[in-house]
Amino acid sequence: MDVNRDLVLKVAENARLKLSEEEVKRFIPQIKEILENFSKLDEIDIKNTKPSFQPVEIKNHVREDKTGKCLSQEDALKNTIHKKDGYFKGPRAV
Amino acid sequence: MRTLEFIEQVKKGKISVEENTKKVLEEAEKINSEYFYFNSISKELAIQQAREIDKKIKAGKAKGMLLGLPVSVKDCIVVKNVESTAGSKILKGYFPTFNSTVVQRCIDEGAVIIGKTAQDEFGFGSFSINVGVGFKTPLNPFDKKRVTGGSSGGSGGYSQKTKFNQISLAESTGGSIVCPAAFCGVAGLCPTYGLVSRWGMMDYANSLDKIGPMAKTVEDCALMLNVIAGRDEKDSTSVDSKKEDYLSYLKKDGKKLKVALIKETFGEGTDEVISKKIKDRLVSLNISYDEIELPLNYKYSIAAYYLMSTTEASTNLAKYCGMRYGAHEKLEGGFNEYFSKVRSLNFGQEAKRRIILGTFARMSGFRDAYYMRAVKVRTKLIEEYKKAFSKYDILICPTMPILAPTFDETKKLTPLQNYIIDIMTVGPNLAGLPHLSINIGMEKGLPVAMMMISDHFQEGKLIQFSKEFEK
Repeated sequence: MDVNRDLVLKVAENARLKLSEEEVKRFIPQIKEILENFSKLDEIDIKNTKPSFQPVEIKNHVREDKTGKCLSQEDALKNTIHKKDGYFKGPRAV
Repeated sequence: MRTLEFIEQVKKGKISVEENTKKVLEEAEKINSEYFYFNSISKELAIQQAREIDKKIKAGKAKGMLLGLPVSVKDCIVVKNVESTAGSKILKGYFPTFNSTVVQRCIDEGAVIIGKTAQDEFGFGSFSINVGVGFKTPLNPFDKKRVTGGSSGGSGGYSQKTKFNQISLAESTGGSIVCPAAFCGVAGLCPTYGLVSRWGMMDYANSLDKIGPMAKTVEDCALMLNVIAGRDEKDSTSVDSKKEDYLSYLKKDGKKLKVALIKETFGEGTDEVISKKIKDRLVSLNISYDEIELPLNYKYSIAAYYLMSTTEASTNLAKYCGMRYGAHEKLEGGFNEYFSKVRSLNFGQEAKRRIILGTFARMSGFRDAYYMRAVKVRTKLIEEYKKAFSKYDILICPTMPILAPTFDETKKLTPLQNYIIDIMTVGPNLAGLPHLSINIGMEKGLPVAMMMISDHFQEGKLIQFSKEFEK
């Protein structure tokens, strides 16, 4: 796996992280070392193996389709400083 | 005094909960000024809860399995109106408007919530040195130059250091309960995945996170498990499990269980003093054991764990963007510009590294080779454990391969070397198996710990077996 500057910057952009030049330089060899080591998983035959998205069996639980209690508007807005007229205020979209 | 006795005394009105709570808070503040085990101490809430309990006791209406007992809570588990940050600057200023299920269950049983304990940011660490930007690093209770272990380092250090009866609610993704339990010399019980509700806990990796107790004794851990175990309709991954009295297992004969030592964990890479101490204790207690090998787990679990956990973390942490709660910046620029600014300024180095790794592992073109492969390898690792549990009740290994290292020693490790330290703990965490760490003595002035692993939902056997060591 060729871990280079372009790849790290591309991944960081997807993750909405703006890395400093120092961080990019630090992360390249670290991530390279980690991925090289982790490529040992290629040795295992997983052809007929099912994935385990959970470690134990999780059954679906459904509830009646009735309106329940939910967060009040006041509580929902309690932790933000960016609000106006009972709404969250966000950065511009376009 | 045992915690169960303390609760009995409270019930009888022989201990004033308010007076006890004030002493506990005073001590917690003093310890915190030196060792940094709390991100916040909820003084007002605790005193108010204590007064209400005293009133109920006087009115003859008091009941509860934890009546009057101080409970500390890892910072990633939310407590209503108490700043809850998961050790991250990005959640500074977040005061939840609700209690997590586990905290609510403790309060319903009469507990007094005393504060939020220090941790690696979002649980990203084995030493509690990856605290968020601006947070203080907790110090080992036996030697301030050494780490507490992570990521529930505050819970471990405080549980060791306090002179009062107390139980801490901790959380583990890849070993974050047993590791600090080992380095701080206390007991830590990580339950089966799904046994305890995760509702109100800030996810690190949702297929791996488990909430469990840390305390001075296994008895205290069993008591807390009685309170927090059981299905919660708010958490779709919580499991319908049989209601159990975990304390009852302390009366059963631990020597009746079939035990095996995991061979790979006693060889190269493990400090000899730890291996020797565990084997000596088993011999001195006349506990017979076999030895087994788990070759897949000890070769592949670290890689599978870190690929899965960072993938899940990178999606879970996508919600932190400085709009609805936590850290805010000045609203400037477009969406992506603003979110990137908030995240870049407020996540620490290890959080950024894990987000990058996880985002990479699930990106189009790499997903099958990394994430999907890891999820399938997980199945193989679970099968290997299941085969062992068809023959044995308890598997034993050192909790950590080393004694608590110094801060200087941890600085020399690369991130990969740091991840490899988790070799003992990631296997049972990936497989969702319950595991318990207990202190079995001291070496060079530092605690030595042994870990026991049992099959899914067999927490009782861990408690039953470990009791032999606390006699």
